[in-house]
Amino acid sequence: MISGIGGLRYVGLQNYRDLPLDVWFTDSLKNNLVYTLVVIPTSLIISLFVALVLNDKIFAPKPVRTMFFIPYIANIVAVSAVWMALYHPKYGPINAFLRTIGIDNPPEWLASTTWALPAIMIMNIWGGLGYNSVIYLAGLQTIPKELYEAAEIDGVNGWTRLRHVTLPMLTPTIFFLLITGIIGSFQLFGQVNIMTQGGPGRATTVLAYYMYVSGFRYFQMGYAASIAWVLFGIVFIVTLFQWRGQKRWTEYL
Amino acid sequence: MGFLNYHPSRLTKSFLKKGFLTIFMYAVGIVMLLPFIWMISSSLKYEVDVFKFPIEWIPRRFNAVANYTAVWAGRYPFGMFYLNSIKVLVLRVTSDLVTSALAAYGFARLRFKGRDVIFLLYLGSMMIPHQMLFIPRFVMFRWLGIYNTLWAVALPGMFTAFGVFLLRQYFITIPFELSEAARIDGANEFQIFSRVIVPLAKPALASLAILTSVWSWNDYQGPLIMLSDIKLYTIPLGLTTYMDEHGTQQVSLIMAAATSAILPMLLIFLAAQKHFVRGIATAGLKG
Repeated sequence: MISGIGGLRYVGLQNYRDLPLDVWFTDSLKNNLVYTLVVIPTSLIISLFVALVLNDKIFAPKPVRTMFFIPYIANIVAVSAVWMALYHPKYGPINAFLRTIGIDNPPEWLASTTWALPAIMIMNIWGGLGYNSVIYLAGLQTIPKELYEAAEIDGVNGWTRLRHVTLPMLTPTIFFLLITGIIGSFQLFGQVNIMTQGGPGRATTVLAYYMYVSGFRYFQMGYAASIAWVLFGIVFIVTLFQWRGQKRWTEYL
Repeated sequence: MGFLNYHPSRLTKSFLKKGFLTIFMYAVGIVMLLPFIWMISSSLKYEVDVFKFPIEWIPRRFNAVANYTAVWAGRYPFGMFYLNSIKVLVLRVTSDLVTSALAAYGFARLRFKGRDVIFLLYLGSMMIPHQMLFIPRFVMFRWLGIYNTLWAVALPGMFTAFGVFLLRQYFITIPFELSEAARIDGANEFQIFSRVIVPLAKPALASLAILTSVWSWNDYQGPLIMLSDIKLYTIPLGLTTYMDEHGTQQVSLIMAAATSAILPMLLIFLAAQKHFVRGIATAGLKG
């Protein structure tokens, strides 16, 4: 396939028929789904609370916002390098800390088939907090103060206010973060390529990684392209949900 | 009753609560940064001290000079990676700013048939996961002969739908009366663009410039696919090469390299936070 456009060989839909039989593909898909289902809700909920607190419940929120945001501007390679060292099963500070609080057999993190994916998930939840919080904050600031004042007059505050005033007004923002988050999570690649190479075994292989390996290591460009289309299909369906759902589930003033 | 909220002890209570939350959030903020603090701290240490536990946040013995010299003057001089990253960044940012501004002007200030349809289509192209495009780009760039050059890395970022989107949203908010006034004074479209709109749009341009800079600097998968000559590697790739070379043997060196990689963006971000955050927020709100 790398012999150029003239070297294309037509194999029809064979690639697509091979996909579901390919263990690497199905495991990649599974890992992507697990990853998305854990990371996105957790990230969105924690960031929401962070944003709510930073919005008006503390003094001098800007430096805190900066501190949360810094992981976003850091190189993915640098971040992976640091976390690889942190996660080191024998010498890494994370396990050293776990041992001091009494956990004798801390997980082997990137070296363990059960803990490798969670390790990456934790790292990315940490990394995404800042970005999500900033978007939430922007959304929070569009909520007119009059609504809060009206709520206060009605004697509504705290949790009830959150549920009946703040959250409904935030639905466009939540929606945006949900969709872009899901799309982004299906594009997980850098950390896998650097930290685990899909392993141990197939524990952390994901669609984008498998596509890269098929296309650029084994030069099965056609096969890689078919994986790309599956990826696109998933993203497309999710985006479709956004277009429709945005009208039904979000409220605008 | 409203006035009960201003009762003195209520005020102190809410003040205390706010104060407590402030301290708590700052503590959480520092915890968030611990990986980076560890990174910088380790980069200053002797290798044997890196994994000492309890962690020596401020090293007792400093090996900073040796570590950083090894990174910057060693086998793969970091300066080379920096230069490549800078070249790509300058190309991408200037081109992106110019083309996006011109296009945004067209979409925001001019009227022509099909304008909004084209804009929506262009916007729709943003939904394509960029990883899908790597394979066709790889094939195309090889065919064009620019594979394994910095152009292959810069080109995809030189014309972005995101830039057009961001600037168009901003240009639309500039009152049309200003354009009208300039037109009456005899200015043509391009003059209106350069003398009226662009100066007024400086905040949006700054946001775009900074966002694009960070994305360009941190781009990993693009260079990974397009570059095979180590002399052309950009910082993310240079860092991975470094990591492969030194493995788990020399964490302090890798941390020094990682710190060097992040530093410029960190400084730019701290200096221009306002623009950065505003750029992201605008994209989020209108997206």
